[in-house]
Amino acid sequence: MSIWRETTRGLRGLLHRRDQDREIDEEVQQYFEEATIAYREQGLSDEDARCAARRECGNLHAVKEQVRTYGWENTVRTIVADVRFAGRQLRRNLGFTTICIVTLGLGIGASTAIFSAINPVLFKPLPYPHPGRIMMIWSTWQGARSEIAFGTYRELSQRSHSFEAVAIFEPWQPTMTGGDEPQRLEGQSVSAGFFRALGRAPLLGRDFSGSDEGPHASKVVILSNALWRRLFRADRAVIGQAVKLDGNNYTVIGVMPRDFEDVLSPSAELWTPDEYNSSQITREFNTGEWGNHLRMLGRLRPGISRAEAARELAVIARNRWSQFPRPRWASLERGLIVDSLQDDIAHAVKPALLAVFGAVMIVLVIACVNVINLLLARSARRAGEFAVRGALGASRRRILRQLVTESMLLTFLGGALGVAAAVAGVRVIVALSPPELPRLDAIRFDPAAFLFAFVLIAMIGLLAGAVPALHVSRDDLQAGLGNASRRIIGTRLWTRRFLVAGEIASAFVLLVSAGLLLRSMQRLVAVDPGFSPSRLLTMQVVTSGHQFDDSPANPGGPDRRRRFFEQALDAVRHLPGVESAAFTSLLPLSDDSPVDGTYGAQFEDQDSDSGYDVFRYAVSPGYCQTMGIPLLSGRMLDERNTASAPQVALISKSLARHHFGNRNPIGSRLHVGPMDRPWYTVVGVVGDVKQTALSIDQEDAVYLSTRQTWFADDTLSFVIRARGNAGALVPAVKSAIWSVDRNQPIVRVISMDRLMAITEAQRRFILILFESFGIVALVLAAVGLYGVLSGSVAERVHEIGVRMALGATRSDILAMALRDGMRMTAYGVGIGLVGGLAASRGISSLLFGTSSLDPLSWLGVLAVLTAVAILACWVPAWRGAKVDPATTLRSE
Amino acid sequence: MTEQNTDVIQGTLDLLILKTLSLEPMHGFGIARRVEQVSRGVFKVNPGSLLTALQRLDRAGWISSEWRNTANSRRAKFYVLTRAGRKQLQIETADWTRRASAVARLLQQEA
Repeated sequence: MSIWRETTRGLRGLLHRRDQDREIDEEVQQYFEEATIAYREQGLSDEDARCAARRECGNLHAVKEQVRTYGWENTVRTIVADVRFAGRQLRRNLGFTTICIVTLGLGIGASTAIFSAINPVLFKPLPYPHPGRIMMIWSTWQGARSEIAFGTYRELSQRSHSFEAVAIFEPWQPTMTGGDEPQRLEGQSVSAGFFRALGRAPLLGRDFSGSDEGPHASKVVILSNALWRRLFRADRAVIGQAVKLDGNNYTVIGVMPRDFEDVLSPSAELWTPDEYNSSQITREFNTGEWGNHLRMLGRLRPGISRAEAARELAVIARNRWSQFPRPRWASLERGLIVDSLQDDIAHAVKPALLAVFGAVMIVLVIACVNVINLLLARSARRAGEFAVRGALGASRRRILRQLVTESMLLTFLGGALGVAAAVAGVRVIVALSPPELPRLDAIRFDPAAFLFAFVLIAMIGLLAGAVPALHVSRDDLQAGLGNASRRIIGTRLWTRRFLVAGEIASAFVLLVSAGLLLRSMQRLVAVDPGFSPSRLLTMQVVTSGHQFDDSPANPGGPDRRRRFFEQALDAVRHLPGVESAAFTSLLPLSDDSPVDGTYGAQFEDQDSDSGYDVFRYAVSPGYCQTMGIPLLSGRMLDERNTASAPQVALISKSLARHHFGNRNPIGSRLHVGPMDRPWYTVVGVVGDVKQTALSIDQEDAVYLSTRQTWFADDTLSFVIRARGNAGALVPAVKSAIWSVDRNQPIVRVISMDRLMAITEAQRRFILILFESFGIVALVLAAVGLYGVLSGSVAERVHEIGVRMALGATRSDILAMALRDGMRMTAYGVGIGLVGGLAASRGISSLLFGTSSLDPLSWLGVLAVLTAVAILACWVPAWRGAKVDPATTLRSE
Repeated sequence: MTEQNTDVIQGTLDLLILKTLSLEPMHGFGIARRVEQVSRGVFKVNPGSLLTALQRLDRAGWISSEWRNTANSRRAKFYVLTRAGRKQLQIETADWTRRASAVARLLQQEA
């Protein structure tokens, strides 16, 4: 009841303030009059009674004031008044206010956006129960993680006891027919324990079981929630229905929950059990069961640590058991890598993300320092105002509160802008983000980021409010009245000089990092990919259907597959606007799996334990000509290299150099892939091509004719050199291919220029962020420098006047002010050099072909920074030089 | 010359007001005068504290107020003890008696 009264009375006080005031006035007045009457009744005269009553009541205004200040609503009223006053103050200095708000908004917005982007990757636990127990298990190849074979998985899963569930998985891209156009879906082929290892179960239906695995099990599939909604309109009776994939009927046995996120393959929409056959696994090594192309994950048993599991697996890798024989390429000699899933998905991007996060933190710090500096400068100008308010009776606490209110208001306005900027920024980041960035779908302006921003805002507000307030309260308020404020201003300027030097140092660090990244990008763009990318259209053509099967029941399946591709290519070649066209099993700089495209190669003169890992390109004759890969010696593949002709191969310059040195490789023979097939004879050497990325020198390659390779690739990339605009050809090329067979999907239609841009998207992304942060930092530092120097010149007008009266020339004054500014710059650069060295080491893994001491970057940044600093100092220095000594001296 | 302290004992103003109002509804000055008279001038209530205290008691729901005419037909704000206020008065009276007698016992002990 009393709370109710408390609230309603308080609200009435707020809303009907005038009524309430009048009532209080009336009551106090009435009290006084009653007192007067009482004294008169005691026999005093009118005059004396009034005096006595006044003595008793004291100052009536004070009484009214005392009664009025009762209640919580008064606190509200004071705050509102403070905020209103602060708002008026800010509006009066619109320039200052705008700069502060924009500065804070940019700083907070950028840091929140970046935090939103990295939070799901680096910090937020993965969306699985006990995510810390999910491990990835890799084989080791050349010191890095590499995929494992089914045989290895079989051995590890049977011998290891650290895991509750283990599973393997690999990409699976089935073609779904039955709709208007054949559709290629993104999925995964997994072992039965896959969902158990992740700790999730289907929403509808059942999980995979051991009996679903293997070559003879009936074909089943689990759908993602999104695919279920799209294909079956969320029909709960879907379990048991069939989906036609690659010409087979797959029975739907389950649907995953809506919130299930597959971080191992974010675009996967359906899962099927693997079809590996373990019956021949200990005798026969030349099978898919021993191909190193699987990834493996496991869920640790409760109480087992990652290190314990790693130790156990290391022991297993070292000690072979006779019942688990291993081929040379799955010997596990180099051991196994066990890493938590969270670290695993982040490890490729972690250095980049941390670098970006560091950069944005620097920007935020510079932004805050700048705002604090602006507030300091303003409070210096307002020293007189505070002195007057102090003299009129405002307590120091009251003035402090006013200052804090002002800076909090400023910060909250900046924060509001920052939140808006962050929401927009998150969108931009998602749009610009490189394909390698994991958990892209989880990136949004999330509550954690909001909290982060809010804490930042509040801290900055308090800091920015407290620092100038401390300056006000340190010295006697009244000092300002006597215009004896020079000593205070001196110390304040010292703080500000220090802060500006810090800003310059931070800007220097960011700019050097941006410079080094820019140089890396230049180097990278200058890298010759080994072919000519202009006017080159690429698309992936997938064959699917039982007519292509390679099985005794389907004689001639592989030939039919080859014939389809050749007829399709023929149709494309005859299109107007096509200069030349070809196909390849492995497209350079695309997302084609480098692991799947890599095979062992062994020259005739090598023993059985040695060999090279080479990229195998199964191509149409004319592929190298279409791509513009130069022939260095010998001859190209041509139409005569049919299935019945002697088998021939082209090798890359790099492979030729590695094996033959200066000897002529033409005419030598080698095996690629299985050793039990006829030799390939080297007929030519072609230029090196960047396959995985422009920055990776892994160029050993063998080119074979699709007609002479030991299996017919089911997916080939077409490359089409256009006479004019490559993009305009897309519809014609598609209909040409579909004129041969309507049921074969065409995917990943993209020009080579675009593909190359995507390949370097991560670098470009980081570069864009660093460049923009660097420029923002430079501008902020320049504003800071300008502000401090302007303040200092304004304070020293009197001194300048005296100096000029004593004979200093304008250029002396100009030089003096410039020297002051340049000294701050020099200190800043000095600190920046140290910070820059540390930062350049930090980002060294992001650099390409550029030393972290690259002189051009360092000197360039130094020059730019100095030029900007001189510019920022020139205006205030010039203003100082224009001081008229007569005016200043007279005004004192 | 030493001035006698006429300040109301800290925390007892509410009790004094409630007690005074339990006799009859009264306006602000009436309460002040009554407290002074009954205490034979030991306590003097200043109007600022009194009116603030009345607001506080009003918000707590122990008294209510209305504008009425006084005996000499002038408009004044009269305060009336509510049912809750009566209960509060009992509580506070008991509390005060308990404390006061405790203080008295302590003071007598040494003598």
